[in-house]
Amino acid sequence: MDIFIAIVQILDSTIRLSVPLLLACLAGLYSERAGVFDIGLEGKMLVGAFAGAAAASVFHSAFLGLGMAILISVAFALIHGFASITHRGNQIVSGVAINFIAAGSTIMLGQHWFQQGGRTPALAPGERFEAITWPGVDAVRGVPIIGPIYSELISGHSILVYIAFLMVPFTWWVLFRTRFGLRLRAVGENPAAVDTAGISVAWLRYRALICTGILTGVAGAYLSMVQNGGFVKDMTAGKGYIALAALIFAKWKPVNAMFACLLFGFLDALSIRLQGTPLPLIGKVPVQFMQALPYVLTVILLAGFIGKAIPPRAGGVPYVKER
Amino acid sequence: MAQAAIELIGINKSFGAVRANRDINLEIVRGTIHGIVGENGAGKSTLMSILYGFYQADSGEIRVGGQPASIKTPNDAIALGIGMVHQHFMLVDNFSVLENVILGAESDALLKKSIAKARSELERLEREYGLEVDPDAIIEELPVGLQQRVEILKALYRGAEILILDEPTGVLTPAEADHLFRILKQLKEQGKTVVLITHKLREIMAITDTVSVMRQGTMVATRETKKTTVEELAELMVGRRVLLRVEKGEAEAGGVKLAVKNLTVKDTRGVTMVDDVSFDLRAGEIVGIAGVAGNGQSELLEAISGIRHAVSGSVMLDGKPIDLTGKADPGELRDRGLAHVPEDRHHVGLVLAFEENENSILGYHDDPRYLKGPLLDIDAIRNDAKDKITKYDIRPADCRLKTANFSGGNQQKIVLAREMEQDPGVLIVGQPTRGVDVGAIEFIHKRLIAMRDQGKAVLVVSVELDEIRSLSDRILVMFAGRIVGERGPEASEGELGLLMAGVEQREAAE
Ligand SMILES: Nc1ncnc2c1ncn2[C@@H]1O[C@H](COP(=O)(O)OP(=O)(O)OP(=O)(O)O)[C@@H](O)[C@H]1O
Ligand SMILES: [Mg+2]
Repeated sequence: MDIFIAIVQILDSTIRLSVPLLLACLAGLYSERAGVFDIGLEGKMLVGAFAGAAAASVFHSAFLGLGMAILISVAFALIHGFASITHRGNQIVSGVAINFIAAGSTIMLGQHWFQQGGRTPALAPGERFEAITWPGVDAVRGVPIIGPIYSELISGHSILVYIAFLMVPFTWWVLFRTRFGLRLRAVGENPAAVDTAGISVAWLRYRALICTGILTGVAGAYLSMVQNGGFVKDMTAGKGYIALAALIFAKWKPVNAMFACLLFGFLDALSIRLQGTPLPLIGKVPVQFMQALPYVLTVILLAGFIGKAIPPRAGGVPYVKER
Repeated sequence: MAQAAIELIGINKSFGAVRANRDINLEIVRGTIHGIVGENGAGKSTLMSILYGFYQADSGEIRVGGQPASIKTPNDAIALGIGMVHQHFMLVDNFSVLENVILGAESDALLKKSIAKARSELERLEREYGLEVDPDAIIEELPVGLQQRVEILKALYRGAEILILDEPTGVLTPAEADHLFRILKQLKEQGKTVVLITHKLREIMAITDTVSVMRQGTMVATRETKKTTVEELAELMVGRRVLLRVEKGEAEAGGVKLAVKNLTVKDTRGVTMVDDVSFDLRAGEIVGIAGVAGNGQSELLEAISGIRHAVSGSVMLDGKPIDLTGKADPGELRDRGLAHVPEDRHHVGLVLAFEENENSILGYHDDPRYLKGPLLDIDAIRNDAKDKITKYDIRPADCRLKTANFSGGNQQKIVLAREMEQDPGVLIVGQPTRGVDVGAIEFIHKRLIAMRDQGKAVLVVSVELDEIRSLSDRILVMFAGRIVGERGPEASEGELGLLMAGVEQREAAE
């Protein structure tokens, strides 16, 4: 039974840890499916986290914080669009620039506004998103197996967690069941086909980037307003890049993206859990090894196991019709 | 007086320094098939792209059905009933036929309803015009002929009354082209207007009512098709008399340069594409391989030039074998005097993002002529490129221009110039004149024959029977991966046609 509880706990933290990855991964899915590579997921999450925590602590409202996180993150997505869609700049360069601006400006503004070494003030309970307890939790808690699963795994997360997982079927539906999704996928494969079909390539790509901005905003808000009680500098800690790896891993498909992010979340949870605990046969494993595992895994899996990941064909190439 | 479907008045368009269209006036009568011919780079595609709203004219007026029209985007053109089938298809390769057809013309925000509606409409169109395609097939799995049908269906689905086709037959087999023309005639009978751009003057004579000729960005003449001839059109296009069939003397075949023995090639799915093919290519002769596209010619070419794996057999170049594992070093083959002009120049022959002069030495960049110590000798390269531009009449004559900005036919000439000017012992050419205008065809044919007369061995693969017949000293016909017959250049078109259709073979088997 102890092992069972331990597993449930690891799975529970798997969910918590995969949420920011999942949101960022789906964010990247919108823009990359539309043919715009976005290495700036990291930066947009970071500004989202900062704006969310800052606004929440100033206005004492979690929802205003979330709104601000989304707004600022979308603004950064539009900057990326302006550089790479309107001005046909290099998408990687623009994305990297956004990451730098995000890292620098959040610390600078944080220090200027709050004087806490780049942090935002610790958020009070009403300024964060609290865990939601599902009905009947207490009643079933005692029931073996189902009890812990319901009360620990399913219940007891913040609203953003549920939103993140609902975004998976929603994104799938948008992409494969709506007109917008059809056009979005088309523009990532062959923008000239979209153009000659009488649809504006630029406007379509901008809309995709707005979707990206919204989701990275929510991801950022989750980091600073759910996982943590405030903004800490560089708190995204490479999650934007892992999300990109997960996206490739998932071959740009929403449901796959969820499993990829859960896998990375699981490895993360495992590494935290196993810190300092000796493993049978192997003995004590250095923390660094466990932390490196997701990246090692990405390389190994991408190199051989998942087959060829074919990105959207027009990805990374600005659309030019008159050269 | 018949009514004009479209009037173009004083259209001008420049791309940087290139004046693609100058003061073009053109009237297209409703319910007719109007042909447009012109040299490579004459501005045909540009003009039609302006009409379709894909490009914006710098100045000029467009009238549709007598009314001045402002066409700023393809959407405006579609709304006015104009549809276009582009020279390079505008399809999303991994979408289904239905998805491509509805893209941009979805009736509903949800796909399910749009697709259901489109399916019945598409079936009606397919039946009405004999444009059968499986609505659920994925584009990249369809042969080009069917992909083109999808493009036509796209236009018709959007209610096109005026259909523009930019070099539709360049990629079609003769049978597919015939089918296309039947469809175009049917469209005309229904009162629709068709604009047809092509380099094949025979097609113009066969199907159009009126034909306009463009030269270097200007409209030089419009004729009633009945009252003109192929010779007149060719002369109008190029501005001088053109030999539609190049004169050549008897071949003086020498020793064997290239010996192909029992070559068998399979494609990735394991289907046999080249089946036990053997032949010799001698110095001083041109051997032509005729056949309907898709009968193994492409695979044969690729195997001989070392870029495709052959399952069995051997190829000897000057008595020494060529590596047939598909991993041959192309540089080594070049050094051994084998030059290859690939069929698919866009993907295999050129780096479109490079400048013209860079492409004109690509693959030969190790040649000491282009080197100064360990570095490239830029001046030598550019001068060399300029020579080729003059010699092959590549337009615009600017060796610093990005290759993507040359018209389709001029891109072909860049590759041909590169390979032919290396003076190789053996030249293998796939579709030497696909998409190339009559003037350039004459030039290329003359060059190939000149190479032969200098004692080079030339292997030509072409789906154009005319080309094969006028160039070759010996004709090999390929059908279903096998060589089903060898004929002399005097063989009649009918005889070769039967061989190409595999008729003779079946009789022999009985
Ligand atoms: N997008 C572009 N940017 C710059 N130059 C261009 C562009 N498109 C065409 N051109 C130039 O404009 C001229 C006309 O090109 P266009 O494609 O209209 O010729 P075309 O008559 O269709 O020739 P072809 O028979 O070879 O297809 C050419 O010199 C070409 O290099
Ligand atoms: Mg053209």
